Amino acid sequence: MNSSFLRFSSITKKIWMAFLGLFLMIFLVVHLGINLCLLRNDDGAWFSAAAHFMGTNYIVKVFEIGLFAGFILHVLFGIILQVQNWMARPVRYMVTNKTYTPFLSKYMIYTGGIVLVFLIIHFMNFYFIKLGWVANPNLAPDGEPKFYVIARELFRSPAYSILYILMFIVLGFHLNQAFQAAWQTLGVNHPRYNSFIGRFGTFYAIIVPLGFIIIPVYFLLIR
Amino acid sequence: MKLTLRIWRQKDAKSAGRFVTYPIDNISPNCSFLEMLDILNEELIGKNEDPVVFDHDCREGICGMCSLYINGRPHGPDDAVTACQLHMRKFRDGDTIIIEPWRARPFPVIKDLMVDRSAFDKIIQEGGYVSVNTGGAAEANNILVGKEFAELAMDAAACIGCGACVAACKNASAMLFVSAKISQFALLPQGQVEAKQRVKKMVKMMDELGFGNCTNTYACEAECPKLISRSNIARMNREFLCAKVS
Amino acid sequence: MAELNSKIPKGPLAKKWSQYKDHQNLVNPSNKRKLDIIIVGTGLAGSAAAASLGEMGFNVKIFCYQDSPRRAHSIAAQGGINAAKNYPNDGDSIYRLFYDTIKGGDYRAREANVYRLAEVSNSIIDQCVAQGVPFAREYGGSLENRSFGGAQVSRTFFARGQTGQQLLLGAYGALSRQIKLGTVKLYERHEMMDVVLVDGKARGIIARNLITGKLERHFGHAVVIATGGYGNVFYLSTNAMGSNTSAIWQIFKKGAFFANPCFTQIHPTCIPVHGDYQSKLTLMSESLRNDGRIWVPKNKEDAEAQRHGKLKANDIPEENRDYFLERRYPAFGNLVPRDVASRAAKERCDAGYGVGETGLAVFLDFRESIGRLGKHVIEERYGNLFQMYEKIVDENPYENPMMIYPAVHYTMGGTWVDYELQTTVTGLFAAGEANFSDHGANRLGASALMQGLADGYFVLPYTIQNYLAGEIRVARMSTDRAEFAEAEAGVQERLDKLMSVKGTRSVDQFHKELGRIMWENVGMGRTEASLKNAIELIRRLRAEFWKDVKIPGAMNELNVELEKANRVADFLELGELLAHDALNRNESCGGHFREEYQTEEGECRRNDEDYKYVAAWEYLSEGEFKLHKEDLVYEEIEVKQRVYK
Repeated sequence: MNSSFLRFSSITKKIWMAFLGLFLMIFLVVHLGINLCLLRNDDGAWFSAAAHFMGTNYIVKVFEIGLFAGFILHVLFGIILQVQNWMARPVRYMVTNKTYTPFLSKYMIYTGGIVLVFLIIHFMNFYFIKLGWVANPNLAPDGEPKFYVIARELFRSPAYSILYILMFIVLGFHLNQAFQAAWQTLGVNHPRYNSFIGRFGTFYAIIVPLGFIIIPVYFLLIR
Repeated sequence: MKLTLRIWRQKDAKSAGRFVTYPIDNISPNCSFLEMLDILNEELIGKNEDPVVFDHDCREGICGMCSLYINGRPHGPDDAVTACQLHMRKFRDGDTIIIEPWRARPFPVIKDLMVDRSAFDKIIQEGGYVSVNTGGAAEANNILVGKEFAELAMDAAACIGCGACVAACKNASAMLFVSAKISQFALLPQGQVEAKQRVKKMVKMMDELGFGNCTNTYACEAECPKLISRSNIARMNREFLCAKVS
Repeated sequence: MAELNSKIPKGPLAKKWSQYKDHQNLVNPSNKRKLDIIIVGTGLAGSAAAASLGEMGFNVKIFCYQDSPRRAHSIAAQGGINAAKNYPNDGDSIYRLFYDTIKGGDYRAREANVYRLAEVSNSIIDQCVAQGVPFAREYGGSLENRSFGGAQVSRTFFARGQTGQQLLLGAYGALSRQIKLGTVKLYERHEMMDVVLVDGKARGIIARNLITGKLERHFGHAVVIATGGYGNVFYLSTNAMGSNTSAIWQIFKKGAFFANPCFTQIHPTCIPVHGDYQSKLTLMSESLRNDGRIWVPKNKEDAEAQRHGKLKANDIPEENRDYFLERRYPAFGNLVPRDVASRAAKERCDAGYGVGETGLAVFLDFRESIGRLGKHVIEERYGNLFQMYEKIVDENPYENPMMIYPAVHYTMGGTWVDYELQTTVTGLFAAGEANFSDHGANRLGASALMQGLADGYFVLPYTIQNYLAGEIRVARMSTDRAEFAEAEAGVQERLDKLMSVKGTRSVDQFHKELGRIMWENVGMGRTEASLKNAIELIRRLRAEFWKDVKIPGAMNELNVELEKANRVADFLELGELLAHDALNRNESCGGHFREEYQTEEGECRRNDEDYKYVAAWEYLSEGEFKLHKEDLVYEEIEVKQRVYK
């Protein structure tokens, strides 16, 4: 770990958290767009085409590096901030705090952690296969993984699908708090825009996870 | 009213502390919370025991000295008041009331419920002022301040420095306190000259003293007896970002 | 002991201060670094003086008993600060502010000091605005003014209902800046226990570290006392719990005369007492009287029924209400000065017309103004005060009239100082409420903040140099000197004595008892008999205190009861002096009302012939005081009867 991260001021770290978080939220929409291709009844033609494009296009590859760096930093800063926060109160209260705070806003590190655990599973199922780190039988003759088949098989497993759905509900809570918090951290807080930011965040936090959730539901119940 | 009090007792900064239970009776609902503690202390003195030490002074909600964490909330169950203006009618007969000192690494306990908040002074010393010497001021009305900005500056300046924001925050973050002072000067023309240095220095000191980081739970705003808004934190972040990138 | 020399500069009144400054001695920059100044108290006067002297280059040590300089009780002042800016173009001037202050003080203040106060008032506003104090503004961005009791012009600057807080935080900021720069050293949670004199000059203090309980010696070429007033001698007052007289009482014992102790101000609009457990009275800003009407029931039966909860205020019809201030003082109505309003309320309550459970309250009613202006206007003007009232009393003041009663608020008397704010002890200065100089027998609203800051920013930093210029050859003294050791031993002995009593009654019990004696006998209405009675009772109580006070804990640790006991011991002596002074002053003026000396209408009857002087008391021994008189000479103004009818 680079020690200069630790020497960043608390606000600098938070501004990076917010900036990277918003960046990841944009990526999530792109990812959703590709995933929704699974819903087409075309035996995965669109989905595979999209996956192929994402896997081979050079501009996407450049973005991919940025995405991963951003993701790792978001996690890293999150952990550093949290450790510092725990250290800031060495003796804890006997009575748990009863101050009113927005729902689950106190638990961002936990919702974030759950998402991270899922993501590792997710990577093992998809991304690491692409990289060749994890072996998988579902490879095309040219060696390219058949993601459509992998996805279809996973979503047909009720255990995986339920895990997947729960994870996105958790992510929804994470995003709901995160969106307005990111703008607050970036200094955007104005009576004229606050309610829009809040509502947009909630809208995003419902619609995007819902979009992801539709897919396993579709595979489980309809196909 | 009849109550059971569980109070943190700690002999001095080095000793270990513990909770001690005190039953108390015949408390009028019109009594203030600190007056209730006065009554307890009278009883303790009568029994040759050490009275409970707690910080207090003006008892009208403005000096910011009182600092009690009562049943899980800084300044207790009422909104927008300090502990000295909290009245016993906010409790029910037979209640158990647990009283703890502010807890934060930069606020070490001195004795019982009294903590050391000189960390706040240290932050202000870094730049919570306009550097103007006595006698060097221009005619007051040469500086015009829009009413809207004056009002917002006053909202921020109303901070009494009690530390409830730190006590309430799950991270023991001092962002609301620091941002209130930064905001006051960011909103006024007098504060512009030193704006960049001010925010950088004060935030640096805040970090060095070991306060936690803000995670936007807004518990600070919810517990602030003077209703200081979290928009001040956003303004400080903005000031900080501008100071760093320009 | 030297005779009183007020050192008023010669020349016409309006030129005295500038001529003084033109001719006073100054200290050059390289010598300033070699001079140490001790300041006790971090309120407006103390913080402002420390910051200003630090800026000049002196070495300053500042002490406060609270955990931070920002807690000083100046912070609680609500209403505002006066200045003769004449922004509203209503004809204000330095002379008018001076004149109103002298008249408001019932012609018992020193003319030259008050004129200087009015003169520097404008610079205070300039200074505070430059510091970023968020004063109220007009829509065009210029400063807003409002009117206050006792004046016909709008000259009060304000920052909502928290003017004192904002001014103090401005001074605290300036002080913090100097602490950072290293010119000022802060000693928080330290209480001054005694002043140290070397060859008759103040050269340091003995302070107690309240955390460790240890006594410390501190040297200074000069010592400034800015520890505020002594209103807590009444136990219940609007002062902070820790406000005390100990600093000015200790210097009194070392030779600094105490002037006009009987001039105490009773504020008319406070929340009434509600129980014997009560620790403090809460002030409601005087500005409420702008729109509220004060009344009691016209019929005793109604008052009685209200007291027993059988009748609600709103059920008393208009014709059965007695708006006694409007009735007695048609010209000023509800806006008469504080002393007049307080006494009128007491008169009604004593006559049996008081309301509330105790019968010691009058109504302050907003029904008429809510009807006239709308609830939103009242809310905009007084919202925070109404909210505060509701929090404390648990009754909605928009619907039911407030109940108020007078309470001890401010003490005009204090350490005697000359024009340079120097006490009768050389090198010992007093600033702010701790000194006596500017308010005479009664202080007008919004004048306390003005005086504290005037002393701190613009007067003391100049006048103290006139003294220090002669001290530049005095090297820093070792605190091992015999004088320091002796002073410390004296303090130690007193603390030992307190700890060794090991009696049965707590400090608070004695303090409450003292407060009761003071309020009943030396409060709003004083008589020869009540004052003599008070002296007798206080002496007895003091003797009992030293025999029966109980202080748990030990000396060398944080011991709140010991701190309180030390303060109450001084209050027990001060109370007697206060009564002595009131007994000596056979007249009624301002906040001092002797029932024997009143007109047929129950107003003050002043006696300029015999009492137009400052009563400066010298300490001889416990309970023995010698009176020195400083005649008040009015060169510029004509002394008149104070009429508000």
